[in-house]
Amino acid sequence: MSQSQLANAQVTLPVAAGQVGRLSQALMAMVLGVFVIGMVGFSHIDVVHNAAHDVRHSNAFPCH
Amino acid sequence: MSTFRSIVFASVIAGFIVGLIVTVLQQFGTVPLILKAEVFEKAAETHQHDAPATAQPAAAGHDHADHDHAAHDHGDHDHGAGDHDHGAGAWEPRDGFERNAYTAAANILTAIGFALLLAGFFAVRSGATGASISWHEGLLWGLAGFAVFTLAPGLGLPPELPGVPAAPLLSRQIWWLASVLATAGGLALIVFRRSVPAAIAGVILLTLPHLIGAPELANIETNVPSSLTHQFVTAVTVTSLVFWTLLGGLTSAVFARLDRGADRRA
Repeated sequence: MSQSQLANAQVTLPVAAGQVGRLSQALMAMVLGVFVIGMVGFSHIDVVHNAAHDVRHSNAFPCH
Repeated sequence: MSTFRSIVFASVIAGFIVGLIVTVLQQFGTVPLILKAEVFEKAAETHQHDAPATAQPAAAGHDHADHDHAAHDHGDHDHGAGDHDHGAGAWEPRDGFERNAYTAAANILTAIGFALLLAGFFAVRSGATGASISWHEGLLWGLAGFAVFTLAPGLGLPPELPGVPAAPLLSRQIWWLASVLATAGGLALIVFRRSVPAAIAGVILLTLPHLIGAPELANIETNVPSSLTHQFVTAVTVTSLVFWTLLGGLTSAVFARLDRGADRRA
């Protein structure tokens, strides 16, 4: 392995690791988003339903 | 964790602003229609006397359909008392400020939730292309969100007012979710895989939930006037269009700014 190839490998590795980190961080945020929407819009708990009642109707989430 | 932080901050900022704006819009659009419908819903429930409200909402509408006018007259001023839902005995916000405050909070949370989804895609996209997301691209993502979360499920399950009987809740929620996933998948195939087979598969995915059909009752009888329902469908759809375009544009603009800042610090 020549000197330049070695340098290349050292440069690309951290970038690739950064990409994977970005994807998993994005997925984590999206899971959080789905959880929030599920709670506000879809939870069957009466108290949650009553608090978010008008929002569920206004967003056409299935309600009642 | 800088990407995660940028996504969350951008979503909270954009969601807070859009949630507040939509709350104001709803006060002129959807909320007055919900309150009007609750007058009919409550009249049907009180006419029904001691039968539990959850048992036969369709029957309630049917039996007392002739009393619309009278029900409206005497119900007009006391809808504030409002046991408009079927969670008998459970806490609910008092009408007026308290109810609207919870509506505002729920709107902000909903907007933050959808913004987290959008910003997650923005992070993946800008990570893959190397260029930061533009507000214009964000707006197009917002329009896609409108198609996925409002138009597609709304075709099978149009926005519904309180007091209009519908199929069992869980079956409707499952169809709603299925139509959202199929529409998102179909659009993604068409937009990101520029090939004919993918486009065909995409269109099939888009139409599939509607070929299967949303759960519905055989006959819906309600004393909520159909003109009110029609106004509500329009109000919900237009408000949602504003919600999604604002959310797409704003989330992308704030995320791009925060993400660039995070890169510089790194």
